[in-house]
Amino acid sequence: MFANFDFDVIARSLRYLFFDGMTFTLILTALATAGGIVFGTMLALMRLSGFPLLAVPATGYVNLMRSVPLVLMIFWFYFLVPYIGQWLTGAERPIQVGYFTSSLVTFTLFEAAYFCEIMRAGIQSISRGQLAAAQALGMSYPQTMGYIVLPQAFRNMLPVLLTQTIILFQDTSLVYVLSITDFLGAASKVAQRDGRLVEMYLFAAVVYFVMSFAASQGVRALSHRTAIIR
Amino acid sequence: MNYHWNWGIFWDISPDGAHSYLQTLLLGTTWTLATAFFAWCLALLFGSIIGVIRTTSNAWLVRLGNAYVELFRNIPLLVQMFLWYFVLPEVVPQAIGTWLKQQPNASFYTAVVALGFYTSARVAEQVRAGILSLAQGQRLAALALGLTLPQAYGFVLLPMAYRIMLPPLTSELLNIIKNSSVALTIGLMELTARARSMQEFSFQVFEAFTAATVIYIVINIAVTFAMRALERRTAVPGFIGASPAAAH
Repeated sequence: MFANFDFDVIARSLRYLFFDGMTFTLILTALATAGGIVFGTMLALMRLSGFPLLAVPATGYVNLMRSVPLVLMIFWFYFLVPYIGQWLTGAERPIQVGYFTSSLVTFTLFEAAYFCEIMRAGIQSISRGQLAAAQALGMSYPQTMGYIVLPQAFRNMLPVLLTQTIILFQDTSLVYVLSITDFLGAASKVAQRDGRLVEMYLFAAVVYFVMSFAASQGVRALSHRTAIIR
Repeated sequence: MNYHWNWGIFWDISPDGAHSYLQTLLLGTTWTLATAFFAWCLALLFGSIIGVIRTTSNAWLVRLGNAYVELFRNIPLLVQMFLWYFVLPEVVPQAIGTWLKQQPNASFYTAVVALGFYTSARVAEQVRAGILSLAQGQRLAALALGLTLPQAYGFVLLPMAYRIMLPPLTSELLNIIKNSSVALTIGLMELTARARSMQEFSFQVFEAFTAATVIYIVINIAVTFAMRALERRTAVPGFIGASPAAAH
């Protein structure tokens, strides 16, 4: 079965796979997570604000993003981002953006909906007494959120946020549909070029497995350490 | 904006010469639903088996179940699909591999199997959590009454566990429908793939994707309503899920 398994094709392409491919995947994951958490937290605050003018659009946005497949959203934004760029800058024609910008916008906006739901649960997990105490001390809304509620919500939700980041890391492989050279894209290009699909896809699976498994074990260990004892 | 809108495009004949673009999208929808449905059956079956063995007291069965879940959860769905589609026919004995490659609708079967196993790991997590959320006394009482372990699971534990699991299972069902779009990478002409090909041939990008988005939303709403109805029908009086006040 593995008699003519060609390990050399993996060894030959390691540089390309990791320097070109994995770097793209990891940078995209990191930036999209950061952006997604910031935007997601804003959406969560909007949903919980109690003003219909803020809550309804935020709820609609989250529900829309959560009912559509990521693949479709990748296509949507790939074609939409140039027009958004044109609209923002007032240019004459749609602005051509690179693959990286396009996928970063897609993943940030898409994952924000999921991060919003996590942060919303986190904020709701803070007891009402804390809010009342902060207000009794004369804190304004931004102070209450910034100093009291959000730090605790982040801490409570840290394991879930990190688990979502692992999912995001796996999801970035879907940029394959735009023929981008992320880790899987790189593996796929080598596989097609050298006719070594078995080796390259198995190797990609092993790498994804090892990284995701290690990360999820790390999250598990972390969740024991950061748990707030009540 | 200098985008040229043309909503009439849906009634134009698509390059296949027989169907309008709207009909191709609806054909894609049936492939999406068929893939999701068969994969869901597979996921429920394997997910239940793995979930149950993870709650038994046999350490090796539990380890096997854990390994299964970790394996399918930590590899991206797209990579799993490639493994089933490109790698499996090469590593099995040649005769079987050739037979696999010659199947008509190979991408459909592959998508069902890949999605089914991928989702089964997630279902297994829910089944395990559902069973563990039951009071330990239920299992003990069932065994004390003289039921065998399979009977205790079949008549006492699982009927309650499935009811508790319905809300998370609903979101897994919605996920499997959405995830079926990944199968476009192995050539399954499901809804997203049809929207993509409509965009390529007609250049009406936003009309095509809007239509696909609307169809996905409609499916989502329909499934959510159906599952809510199922939750109400199967609710056990006296449990939190059964009280009408807590239903919304």
